Amino acid sequence: MKTTTTKTIIKDGLWDNNGVFSMLLGMCPTMAMTTSATNGFGMGVATAVVMAASSLLVSAFRSRITQEVRIPVFILIVAAMVTLVDLAMNAFMHELYKVLGLFIPLIVSNCLPLARLEAFAAKEPVLPSFLDGLFMGIGFTFALTAIGAVREIVGSGTLFADASLLLGPGFKFMELRLLPPSMSVLMMILPPGGFLVTGLLVVAKRLVDLRAGKEIQMGGAHCVA
Amino acid sequence: MMVGAALVNNVILARFLGLCSFMGVTTRIDTAAGMGLATTFVITVSSMADWAVQRWLLDAYGLGFLRTVTFILVIASAVQFTEMTVKKVSPALFQMLGIYLPLITTNCAVLGVALLLVEGRMGFIGATLFAFASSLGYSLVMVIFAGLRERLALAQVPRLFAGPPIGFIVASLLAMAFMGFSGISTN
Repeated sequence: MKTTTTKTIIKDGLWDNNGVFSMLLGMCPTMAMTTSATNGFGMGVATAVVMAASSLLVSAFRSRITQEVRIPVFILIVAAMVTLVDLAMNAFMHELYKVLGLFIPLIVSNCLPLARLEAFAAKEPVLPSFLDGLFMGIGFTFALTAIGAVREIVGSGTLFADASLLLGPGFKFMELRLLPPSMSVLMMILPPGGFLVTGLLVVAKRLVDLRAGKEIQMGGAHCVA
Repeated sequence: MMVGAALVNNVILARFLGLCSFMGVTTRIDTAAGMGLATTFVITVSSMADWAVQRWLLDAYGLGFLRTVTFILVIASAVQFTEMTVKKVSPALFQMLGIYLPLITTNCAVLGVALLLVEGRMGFIGATLFAFASSLGYSLVMVIFAGLRERLALAQVPRLFAGPPIGFIVASLLAMAFMGFSGISTN
């Protein structure tokens, strides 16, 4: 197996192997929580924390976890991390917690953390695994925020609306209104818009990759389990 | 309420649950139907079990914060149980569903429906019917989408759009069509 440097881990997580745009994993929160850029960002950060923490743990215990029971063990570790994040968000970011609601516990059955644990953290040392989890999570956050931003701009004409309410008063400056309300297309906020924007952004990523002279990935959604 | 759960608030197209399997195994109608069937069974069984666990274990002892961990365990055992039962009762069906059964554990539709039931505070009969109707809606959309993708495989798609992107766009159109049902039920 090839040695992975910190640089490739970061690059893979953020762009080359981006969880959403390349591997098409973790689609459920991607669609459901991207009605605005703020929601997408919040969801992404929660997932990133869970991924970094569970990658760290799995990697630390990787010699103890036997092949046969690894999937249940991974799921339990992720579930424990999700419970921690769930409780922490309920305590410190209650407004955001109310918006994300159901989808915080659902990080457990998000394919992305499990896929990275299986593919990376179960084999690699602690520090690279932690970085892999972290940067995959940041890449996921980036993707969610991007989808959320597009949907929010087209759908309601704003960008990062309610950021101060959800993340704290310090984020007031991020709230923008780009288009007048009369120009908004409600469809983009509703479910069909989520599918449409995600599809188009996957195409956009392929286009950028193509320009950069890279081979475009034709891969589809593959869940491990 | 059942129509509402199956069509209006469809798990895949309106609530965005179970999208991994939605994009992953809908390349052929028969596999999509098999997956739908297995998932229907698991959702119904595990929702009943989760309802009981929530009522008599978590609520009774004030252990609400362990809900995520407990539910995922219940679902994993329900999947295992389903696998063993199907293997014993109908080996032919087991042959057909074989590889899809373990995949259901990480299908967020299963956990999602169970959590929705807890939030909705339904009675046992209501919860069972809701779970069953939701999973029927899931199977329906899986089969419809698989049918669309079978045709799509033959169509000429621009290279940049080939594969998942065109799938998303088709799903978007399908979701629009399902929004047409929203007049049926106010639920």
